[in-house]
Amino acid sequence: MMDHHTQPAHVLHELQFKTPLQEYSPEVRQLVFDYTLQLADTSLILSHRLAEWCGHGPILEQDMAMTNISLDLLGEARNLYQYAAELEGKGHTEDDLAYLRDAVAYKNPLLVEQPNGNFGDTVLRQFIFDTFHYFFLKELQNSTDHRLAAIAEKSLKEASYHIKWSSEWVIRLGDGTEESKKRMEAAIDELWTYSGELFEATPTEKALQELDIIPDYTSIKAEWDKHVAQVLQEATLALPQDQWMQSGGKYGRHSEHLGYILSDLQYLQRTYPGQKW
Amino acid sequence: METIVEKSLEDIFEEKIASEIRIEPKDWMPEKYRKTLVRQISQHAHSEIVGMLPEGNWITRAPSLKRKAILLAKVQDEAGHGLYLYSAAETLGTSRDQMFEDLLSGKAKYSSIFNYPTLSWADVGAIGWLVDGAAIMNQVPLCRTSYGPYARAMVRVCKEESFHQRQGFEIMMTLCNGSEEQKEMAQEAFNRWWWPTLMMFGPKDEESPNTEQSMRWKIKRFTNDELRQRFVDMMVPQAEFLGLTVPDKDLKWNEAKGGYDFGAIDWNEFWNVVKGNGPCNKDRLKARNKAQEEGAWVREAAMAYAEKAATREKKSA
Ligand SMILES: [Fe+2]
Ligand SMILES: [Fe+2]
Repeated sequence: MMDHHTQPAHVLHELQFKTPLQEYSPEVRQLVFDYTLQLADTSLILSHRLAEWCGHGPILEQDMAMTNISLDLLGEARNLYQYAAELEGKGHTEDDLAYLRDAVAYKNPLLVEQPNGNFGDTVLRQFIFDTFHYFFLKELQNSTDHRLAAIAEKSLKEASYHIKWSSEWVIRLGDGTEESKKRMEAAIDELWTYSGELFEATPTEKALQELDIIPDYTSIKAEWDKHVAQVLQEATLALPQDQWMQSGGKYGRHSEHLGYILSDLQYLQRTYPGQKW
Repeated sequence: METIVEKSLEDIFEEKIASEIRIEPKDWMPEKYRKTLVRQISQHAHSEIVGMLPEGNWITRAPSLKRKAILLAKVQDEAGHGLYLYSAAETLGTSRDQMFEDLLSGKAKYSSIFNYPTLSWADVGAIGWLVDGAAIMNQVPLCRTSYGPYARAMVRVCKEESFHQRQGFEIMMTLCNGSEEQKEMAQEAFNRWWWPTLMMFGPKDEESPNTEQSMRWKIKRFTNDELRQRFVDMMVPQAEFLGLTVPDKDLKWNEAKGGYDFGAIDWNEFWNVVKGNGPCNKDRLKARNKAQEEGAWVREAAMAYAEKAATREKKSA
């Protein structure tokens, strides 16, 4: 299950995109910066959550699979933070952006900061996100922003593996035993409410959509609906009714969970300010 | 009649060992050889898996995104090593489930080094540098061990271990070139990890009952004390290069033997940790048992689904 995707540490390389910065007006540049940061935060926080599983997974192979996804998302986050730092032009590094902003400055949607719960909860959170991520990156490849397009192209290869992994596990657990089905139903009850925010455009996103820098979410939502319905059906799980959708993360209004993630993540940088590691 | 056949099989086995021909899973082998290997390989596999815990403890707190990525990948490598090794042990007829059970019940052992806690970020550096360094010292000769699947697993493992040690050394170097606080952090971690790392090579030769037989079967190529001496000789100059003080007042270069003399190892501590009384023995087993128990429903579901899928396929075929 993991073979084709195992990425041994010794081949981990520094990811750098050398495309020169595009000419943007200060206003547009600000928009692209804000949005890039939002994408980076999203990938980082989800990567962080998955990394919490490392060494504690239910099956050794799946422990490794979750770590792979975590590493992919971390790589994507780093590319995005590096780009954001360049756009910002204040000499900040990827680490300054990740380690020295507080919770309200983080702009990830609420879904990715939700606790791991049991393996079924993690699989479902991943499934909701991966399906979005996959169809989103497919479109983002065509962005008029060359750097975002390049990052999307690279991440899409990984995301196509992620969506396969989480879809297969939703099916396996939904159509597994009585107990696993119950757990997946509980996971859907718990997490579905966070799926809507992924498609809810903030003013920043709307402005960038109008500029054709990022894709419109309508067609992505349609693809998402289709894939999700297909997988849930195969998993013998009921498609949830329309319901209240929680949102706020993209505006910096987070759940209480994010603060704890950041206290772990930022602990050393905050305790020993300004040092090299 | 039977004894004659046995004897000739044993001769073939001994001949292979003598002429450095690898023993393969289907070959005849003495029961004791098989048992020794299962014990050693499974202990080794368990060490990789339990070894994920002390370092894994710092993944969420790694001080930069780059360090986080490297550490995550490193700990994942250890899971991979566990997999290769469990597979190698399975070729001897013991299932992974059985080996897991022995680990979780406390029956099987794993390297005692992982029963010490990681208290600061420098511990991640110290583990990579010292513990992975000692592992390499132990494992490189195992690439030539007499049992084929074990030797091949070790070749894959060793390729990755050198990266592990390098990243640990790099962390130590960054700390040692950093602020006063960082230097202290590095020295303090070094003080705690030095002696337990020396214990990783196992008891003194005269107290290691299995060594002689294992050497004859070419499972082991060097004795515990030989490897320990080599390790000390390799690490002392590295510590000096880093500007760290080896926490051993008896450490002294011995011109005659061309190596360092070093102080007495506290074997009471070693045996006490082996017996289960180390600072983290209970926590480590608790964590592994928790993962196993909480994962039971997942494994059952995966099996149930696979059976259903197989039945469906049969029907449609
Ligand atoms: Fe290893
Ligand atoms: Fe290692």
